Amino acid sequence: MAEPLLNIRDFSLVFDTFDGTYRAISNVSLSLEPGEALGLVGETGCGKSVLTRAAFGLVPSPPARITGGSVQLQGRELLGLSDRALRQVRGREVAMIFQDPTTYLNPVFRIGTQLIDAIRAQSGGRIGKLEAKSIALDMLEKVHLPNPDRQFRAYPHELSGGMRQRVLIAMALAAKPRLLIADEPTTALDVTIQAQILDLMAELVSDLGITLVMISHDLGVVAQVCSRVAVMYAGTIVEDAPLARVFDAPAHPYTQGLLDALPHPLRAQDHLASIPGTLPDLLAPPQGCLFAPRCPHRAQVCAAPVPMRPIAESHHVACTLYDEVRKKELAHG
Amino acid sequence: MAEHDPAMLAIRDLDVHFPLQSGQVVRAVDKLSLTLWAGETVGLVGESGSGKTTVGKTALRLVRPSGGTIEIAGMDVNAVSDKDMKKLRQKAQIIFQDPHSSLNPRMTIRRAVSEGLILNTSLRGRALRERVSETLISVGLPSQFHNRYPHELSGGQKQRVCIARALVLDPDLLVLDEPTSALDVSVQAQILGILKDLRRDRPSLTQLFISHNLAVIRFLCERVAVMYLGRIVEEGPVSEVFEDPRHPYTRALLSAVPVPEARARPDRVRLQGDIPSPTDVPQGCAFHTRCPIARKGLCDTTLPPLRRPNKGRMTLCHFVEEPAEMSGS
Repeated sequence: MAEPLLNIRDFSLVFDTFDGTYRAISNVSLSLEPGEALGLVGETGCGKSVLTRAAFGLVPSPPARITGGSVQLQGRELLGLSDRALRQVRGREVAMIFQDPTTYLNPVFRIGTQLIDAIRAQSGGRIGKLEAKSIALDMLEKVHLPNPDRQFRAYPHELSGGMRQRVLIAMALAAKPRLLIADEPTTALDVTIQAQILDLMAELVSDLGITLVMISHDLGVVAQVCSRVAVMYAGTIVEDAPLARVFDAPAHPYTQGLLDALPHPLRAQDHLASIPGTLPDLLAPPQGCLFAPRCPHRAQVCAAPVPMRPIAESHHVACTLYDEVRKKELAHG
Repeated sequence: MAEHDPAMLAIRDLDVHFPLQSGQVVRAVDKLSLTLWAGETVGLVGESGSGKTTVGKTALRLVRPSGGTIEIAGMDVNAVSDKDMKKLRQKAQIIFQDPHSSLNPRMTIRRAVSEGLILNTSLRGRALRERVSETLISVGLPSQFHNRYPHELSGGQKQRVCIARALVLDPDLLVLDEPTSALDVSVQAQILGILKDLRRDRPSLTQLFISHNLAVIRFLCERVAVMYLGRIVEEGPVSEVFEDPRHPYTRALLSAVPVPEARARPDRVRLQGDIPSPTDVPQGCAFHTRCPIARKGLCDTTLPPLRRPNKGRMTLCHFVEEPAEMSGS
């Protein structure tokens, strides 16, 4: 097995608030091989965005406080690096794109100017303007922006949402980063445009060998691009599995609940199961399994800490009762 | 539903055009006709800019049309007196996407739900309180919530309040504009459950469900109308349209929906480019600029005729044939 590109171990982060300590991320471990495309899935407030941003120094402290763990990129520890060193990691080694492409482009500068500036900044000034321009045009071509020469001179408002997201992907990839983090990259887009951007992301992974972490609340979106899925709940990873296993053999009751709650566009359904209850209060989280209060299988043992454990090849789950529930399900046919 | 039932909502040749300062005109809705029979749940699906929200708002006279007529239970909403309109509004309610901005932050939820009854009925005191409590409980908000303010509720709970506020007046027509789009999947499932139960518990309630989410429409609706740039391009029973889409736009839309499965889909149709601006709707068939089967000299010049390939189905495409021509199928 190759050395992991990204290796997050026992990462914990809290927010110090006036109401107390909010445990946003608790003991998360996640590692990523080069060339992998991982989907990080969960509902609002599960910590999926905070985790990926905090790992690269994008969550201001205070109020955030990292209380433990390590984040290694190609064997190099990132926690504790200076702001200056982290800035070089971001942009050059790790690039990010976000949900709303409009917010990340300056409305008063042309697309081309912004691309050239970004590319020159990523290079630390080693690339001249002309070279940056040719890299920029080349990247716009790679992300299939129609008429790149014309769009180069356009202002952000002249582009559609889908085109703006392509520009940001081009900007992110210009420095040939090792890792691309895409945080809900298609949530603000229409279905037909979303399909185009997802095709592009899949192409970047398969043709350019980009390592990708795609954050999404939508299991359907993740299924179009990723080969592996990690499901987060209340600041913890509850399941980590190959894509097909998540859909065909979901092991954690929360993953099962999420799938049962999802309306299927191509199937008639009489009933959607919903997950009863609400998220736990992370200012005073329950002991042990955080999902237990909403779990149909909960038992006494769920109050004890739940480590992730392997149940099949590359398939890990954080559920103490997995074997027992599985046996019961098998017995019931 | 039988054809002789009265139409609850009849939209005929509706135009909604918004003039811009630049002199351009946004053609949000163009010659759109749609009929909802009493007791039906109809989905209106389309991407941003297709005009679906404008149709819903115009149906309740929140926007005035530029042309065409809208009748609710036989009354022309743009011709009735203000007094009659007030009565009509009781019977026709709307629920919006963002429950947070639809609730007054300074009103308890009991007060928010009571308001419609106070304005429109003579219910007061205990009878009023009981009616409000019953309705809130029926949407899954037990009594400990009734004196809370919106900021003390989650998004899903707020949307339940909006549903209760609409239902408390016992409406005949309910327009729902993306009611679950701002919610998480597990909460969305709860709200969809409530809305589906309405079909069982209030069989006479007619619902117009506006959404960009095809999966949600499939789950909830009996009939669906697909909009593209201000027009309905395909209409029919949900199961038929989803299993056998006829219009190339519907096909592309369905094949673009991310399906929560690990298998690649065989039916991929990918559209090129973006939706044209509603200020500059293409000539002929509005979809021809992105259509994989458009024919030059036909689709870019001539508006397709309305075709009825099957009973209860309608498409707006030159290449969909009438059953007479489809021998043997």
